[in-house]
Amino acid sequence: MKDFAQQALETARARGASYADVRVMDIRQRYLSTKNGQPAQVRESESSGLGVRVVAEGAWGFAATDDLSRASVDRTAAQAVTIARASALCQKHAVSLAPETKVVDRWLAPCRLDPFTVPVSTCLDLLLKVDAELRRVEGVTLAEAVLDFRRIEQLFVSSQGSEIYQVKTQTGAGFVATSFLGNEIQRRSYPNSFGGQYQTKGYELVEELDLVGQAPRIAEEAVALHRAAQCPSGVKDIILGSGQLGLQIHESIGHPIELDRVLGSEANYAGMSFLTLEKLGQLQYASPIVNVVADATPAHGPGLGTFAYDDEGVPAQCTPIIEDGLFVGYLTSRETAAAIGQPRSSGAMRAEAWNRIPLIRMTNVSLLPGQGTLEELIASTDDGIHMETNRSWSIDDRRYNFQFGTEIGWEIKNGKVTRMLKNPTYAGITTEFWNACDAICGPEAWTLWGTPNCGKGQPPQTMGTGHGASPARFRKVQVGVAYKD
Amino acid sequence: MILSRQHAEEIFAKVLKYSTADETEAIISSTAYALTRFANNTIHQNVAEEGGALSVRVVLDRRMARASTNKFDEASIRHSCEAALALARLQPPDPELLPMPGPQTFRAVHRFRKETAQLTPQARAETVRRVIARAEKDGLTAAGIFSSGCFAMGLFNSRGLSAFHEETVSEFSVTMLDESSSGWAKKTSPNCRELQPEALAERAARKALESRAPREIEPGKYTVILEPAAVLDLLGYLFSDFAGLAIHEKRSCLTGRVGQQVFGANINVRDDVYHPRQSGAPFDGEGVPRQRVTLIEQGVVKGVVYARQTAHKTGAEPTGHGLPLPNEIGETPVNIVMEGGRTSIQEMVRSTKRGLLVTRLWYIREVDPYQKILTGMTRDGTFWIEDGKVQYGLRNLRFNQSMIEMLGQVEMMSPPERAAGEETFDMVVPAMKVRDFSFSSLTKF
Repeated sequence: MKDFAQQALETARARGASYADVRVMDIRQRYLSTKNGQPAQVRESESSGLGVRVVAEGAWGFAATDDLSRASVDRTAAQAVTIARASALCQKHAVSLAPETKVVDRWLAPCRLDPFTVPVSTCLDLLLKVDAELRRVEGVTLAEAVLDFRRIEQLFVSSQGSEIYQVKTQTGAGFVATSFLGNEIQRRSYPNSFGGQYQTKGYELVEELDLVGQAPRIAEEAVALHRAAQCPSGVKDIILGSGQLGLQIHESIGHPIELDRVLGSEANYAGMSFLTLEKLGQLQYASPIVNVVADATPAHGPGLGTFAYDDEGVPAQCTPIIEDGLFVGYLTSRETAAAIGQPRSSGAMRAEAWNRIPLIRMTNVSLLPGQGTLEELIASTDDGIHMETNRSWSIDDRRYNFQFGTEIGWEIKNGKVTRMLKNPTYAGITTEFWNACDAICGPEAWTLWGTPNCGKGQPPQTMGTGHGASPARFRKVQVGVAYKD
Repeated sequence: MILSRQHAEEIFAKVLKYSTADETEAIISSTAYALTRFANNTIHQNVAEEGGALSVRVVLDRRMARASTNKFDEASIRHSCEAALALARLQPPDPELLPMPGPQTFRAVHRFRKETAQLTPQARAETVRRVIARAEKDGLTAAGIFSSGCFAMGLFNSRGLSAFHEETVSEFSVTMLDESSSGWAKKTSPNCRELQPEALAERAARKALESRAPREIEPGKYTVILEPAAVLDLLGYLFSDFAGLAIHEKRSCLTGRVGQQVFGANINVRDDVYHPRQSGAPFDGEGVPRQRVTLIEQGVVKGVVYARQTAHKTGAEPTGHGLPLPNEIGETPVNIVMEGGRTSIQEMVRSTKRGLLVTRLWYIREVDPYQKILTGMTRDGTFWIEDGKVQYGLRNLRFNQSMIEMLGQVEMMSPPERAAGEETFDMVVPAMKVRDFSFSSLTKF
């Protein structure tokens, strides 16, 4: 890896780059799934290559190749410089980067049990056991289970002398029970929707989740939803389970704090942000009990946004985002930090693979825990709905107006859960919603969730992000709006 | 260097050398792609990539597995074959697994344009410079992309099937921003000369200028005129349900509805890879030739698409829409062609007493899978129509709308055109005038 990377740097310099960085990556994935008693997907993939990012004539260029021959590496580095010179034809200001010191380091993410050493037959046996438990419940029409393992090995070198080697192992696991009856499709997922739980961990994550043990309950809930009452339309207090709250954080805090969006870089595609620069340190984003950090450090936990260095060679940091409800921080890059006069990047530049440039991406954007248990929170709620596990999500391109649906809800009356509700939805405006947060459960109910499918950029990139949350309550929220005629 | 058919065949010969499976298939592809991105009236990202992929599927005693690599050297080919074989051996047999298809005959489609494959970063930058000049003329800020590339793909199997396709792609999209408004336009084509970036920039600029100082309306049911990009992004969430396996597994909104009058009598849709405005290969993920399939005829669900495996399971004929095996989904239509009408958007506006004109939609998601209720937002050019004229811009609105209901409320359609959005694949669709489209809330811009 190192030889290719250094060769690319030298070529870029020789061709006139004033700055260059190179990432050489090797990505391995194993994906195993079952459906209705049979293996559905059993596949492995490997992808390796090199990406060269340069500044020449004050403008950016990037080129990538999977051909790691000497001739190809030279050609790719030269192409990056040629592209940068083309960018310079349409350049208003020369690229300026916030300072960063040279780093030489290596980091291997903790991984107790390498998932690639677990026999495939053992994995399929587990999935088929889950599948059997799901289909044992009458009314389940489709049972699906998945294990997803990924290893990302990466060397970053820069013309400033940095040389950083990192290896991350990520594991995902989960299952879904679907039930069709009459004119309705209902679905329950465990431990979260859209693939389950994902963390920067080994196979130990799978062992922690107790997939087989949870399958009967989830299957029964999927079928029971057909008999449940429809979620009412109106204004209610809602309690969001930590999985749903993780996605709420992702969409209504994580994306708006990306400084490239604020500055307009994503205006044509992912959109911009309502968090314009004058709001920093001024906007009461949330109620005073709300504290949010963007924390990429391993100390925060094994999130999908955990690393030692970002893809510009900036060390992982814990950045305060919301302190006592006040908006205090953005996710930044070296370029955007310099653009708003900040002394240093917050270390949030991440690329999906060797053939993509790094963009500002969420790390682990987490709501810090409050106190108390979910049971205590329900007991203190007079008229509300407890909603769990995301089913649909949508938010406008500046991140104000959102609407979410969850797989299941429970009506709460006078501190007691009274009945199951189907098709729950809720909607609101971001700052009004977060200012209506009046209770957050404690650390014992806090989970660091993984969102493996966050899309951004052109060409599109998919990134895994982390979101810690414990269940929380929001007062007077519009519910049931999606089904209101 | 883009992959040639001969090179792909040579790689497959090596695959066969290393595979000891009962049956072996290889999908061999390569891509060269470049994208120039601009925002704040400057090029801020500018990228290019080259890469290939070899994906080997093996079947051994009715056990199937796939392994992929992005290297074509001998050691990587051998490793992929061995990895696929090792994965196959570790799983239970699938008694329903069909043998791979034998040799097929394909109708040629010509979707490779040399001028697109050879487009340079300098040429893209010069175009972007002219588009930015158009923005600056009216004090607007431009953001967008200009991309071009080519790809080639061969699909071969040990029963003698041999398929090869090459295609070029190009795309220009632009958002023009004013202080209180924005406009957007986009076009894609295998031929970069068809994009007309400056015309798209003009259209986006006009939308931004004409929607300045947007006003609010009360949420509720309104007549809407959906431009083709808005129609496309909604329909993208409907047509994956026109799949035999989705119906068989009761996860489709068409479960129990095939053969019934589900939509309005003026709705006619087919899947047709051979349409001159369509793109893609004339074969599916197993190498089966794609057929034209009528999906909706006069509002009746007339047909759905089938992969070989699904067709065998359900007693139907395969239509050439299968995804590469193994997969959970089965098949999907990807070349949607919707018949339109003869009414222009201008005529639709003139015929509207009170309603909205919608440029594009954003962040569409499925709320209810059987009623097919979708939610999402309007974006980059939403206008109020009154007494047959576009009056002013509107703040963006959230909709919650059943697609089944919507396609029963279409009053007028334009001639269809190739449309591109951001939520789904390109289609050939018309603009539509729809009554009683349901908006549930407003946003703040």
